[in-house]
Amino acid sequence: MSADKVLVHPAPVRITHWVNLLAMAIMVLSGWRIYDASPLFAFRFAEAITLGGWLAGALQWHFAAMWLLLINGLVSVAYGIISGHYRRHYLPLTLSSLLAALGDALHGRLPHQVGVYNPLQRVAYLGVLAIAVILVLSGLSIWKPVQLQELTAVFGGYDAARVWHFCAMSALVLFAVIHVVMVILVPRTFLPMLTGSAGRSKESS
Amino acid sequence: MNFKPKLERKLVDPSSRSIQLLERRLFLKSSLSLGALTLLTGCEVTDTEAVQRVLWSMSRWNDRAQAALFNPDRLAPTYPESAITKPFPFNAYYGEDKVPRVDADHYRLELAGLIRDKTPWRLDQLHGLPQTAQITRHVCVEGWSAIGKWGGVSFRGFLEMIGADLGARYVGFKCADDYYTSIDMATAVHPQTLLTLRYADQILPPKYGFPMKLRIPTKLGFKNPKHIMAMFVTNDYPGGYWEDKGYNWFSGL
Repeated sequence: MSADKVLVHPAPVRITHWVNLLAMAIMVLSGWRIYDASPLFAFRFAEAITLGGWLAGALQWHFAAMWLLLINGLVSVAYGIISGHYRRHYLPLTLSSLLAALGDALHGRLPHQVGVYNPLQRVAYLGVLAIAVILVLSGLSIWKPVQLQELTAVFGGYDAARVWHFCAMSALVLFAVIHVVMVILVPRTFLPMLTGSAGRSKESS
Repeated sequence: MNFKPKLERKLVDPSSRSIQLLERRLFLKSSLSLGALTLLTGCEVTDTEAVQRVLWSMSRWNDRAQAALFNPDRLAPTYPESAITKPFPFNAYYGEDKVPRVDADHYRLELAGLIRDKTPWRLDQLHGLPQTAQITRHVCVEGWSAIGKWGGVSFRGFLEMIGADLGARYVGFKCADDYYTSIDMATAVHPQTLLTLRYADQILPPKYGFPMKLRIPTKLGFKNPKHIMAMFVTNDYPGGYWEDKGYNWFSGL
C-alpha cells in the first residue's frame, strides 16, 4: 500500500460484508416466497422476484442459507467487537452530535471523510445491527415456537413473531436500499469495500 | 393397563454403533455441503441438479440439527378453551369434498414392523383406553396457525402396550387418503403426542381425520397424519407424502 493509501475496510469486514449480502439475498428472496404461502397482509410478492419456485423449495433455501447467515454473522460480530471496529467506528454516538449531523445533512454540508463514520452513519449501522438481531430472534421464534417458547413469548407469541419477522425484514430491505443509494451518490466508497483501501482525501460532501 | 410413562431405553440393536458412525460421516458430508453452498453464485443456479443436491443434503442436516435441538421433556404451550380457533381450518392436499369416509364398524388399525403384538385394533377398543385431552397450537408449514382441542390416547402408552421397540428410529403411518408420513421415536414417545379420537370433545369428524389422527404439538401440521389405517415401527427411513416432495422431514417446532 502506498503512502497516500489508507486501509478503510480490513479483510474480515470485506469478506463478511459480501458473504452477508449473498446470505441475506437468499434469505429475503426465499422468505418472500414463504410469505406468499400464507400472506400476513393484503398483498403477495410477485413470484418472479422470489426464490425457490414453490414453498418447499423456498424453505430449503431459507433453512440452508440460515446456517451461512449464522456463521458469517457470528464471525462478523465477533470481529467487530474483538478488533474494536464497532467501538472505534460506531462510538461514541450522542444525541447532540446526531442532531448536529442531521442539521448539516439537511443543509447539504455533511462531510464524508474516508474511514470515519459520521453520526448519521453510526446510527444507521448500529440500527441495522439491532434490526438484524430482531430479524434473527423473531425467525428463531417462528422456527421453534415449542423448543424456544420463552423467546417466542417475548415477541408476543407465534403469530406476532411472524409480524415482527416481516417488519424487521422490511426495515432491513429499506436499509439496503438506502445503503445502495448512498453508494451511488458517493461512488468512491464502493471500491474500498472490494480492495480495502482508499486514497487519503480531505473532507468533501 | 399400565400408562405410567416409563421409557425402556433399548440399546440392544447390534448395528447401533455402526449407525452412529454412519451418522457422523453423513454429518461431516453435510457440513461440506454447507461450504459448497457458499460457492454458489450466478443466475441460473436454482434448477441445476447440483444445487438441488446441496439443498436436499442441507435439509437432511437440518433433520439432525432439529433432532439435537429437540428436548423430549419440553412441553408445547397449552391454552384455555377461550383461545380455541373457531372454526378450526380444514387442511389437506385435496378439497373438503374429497375427505375419505372410513367405515367405523369395519375399521381395524393395522400394526407392522418392530412391534411385539401386531393384533389389529378395533375402534371401540381404542375408545376404551384411558383418554386424555390437550388444547395446543397447530402450526402449518405455510405459516398460519390455529388452536384446537384434541382428545385421545397417549401414544407413548399405546406404543408400550403393543410392545413397540422404543429403541427403533421411526414410526410410520399409512392413511385412508393415501397420505403417509413418519416421525422419529423421540417425538413418538413425547408426553403430548396423542393418538387422537376426538376434536372439541366430539368424535373426530371426517374433515379432521376420522376415525383417528396423530396429534403432535411439537411438529408442523403436515406431520400430524389423519385417517390413520396402519402404523409401523422401523429402522429404515420411511419418508412421507410431502417429505418426499421436498418438505423437511423432521419439521419440529
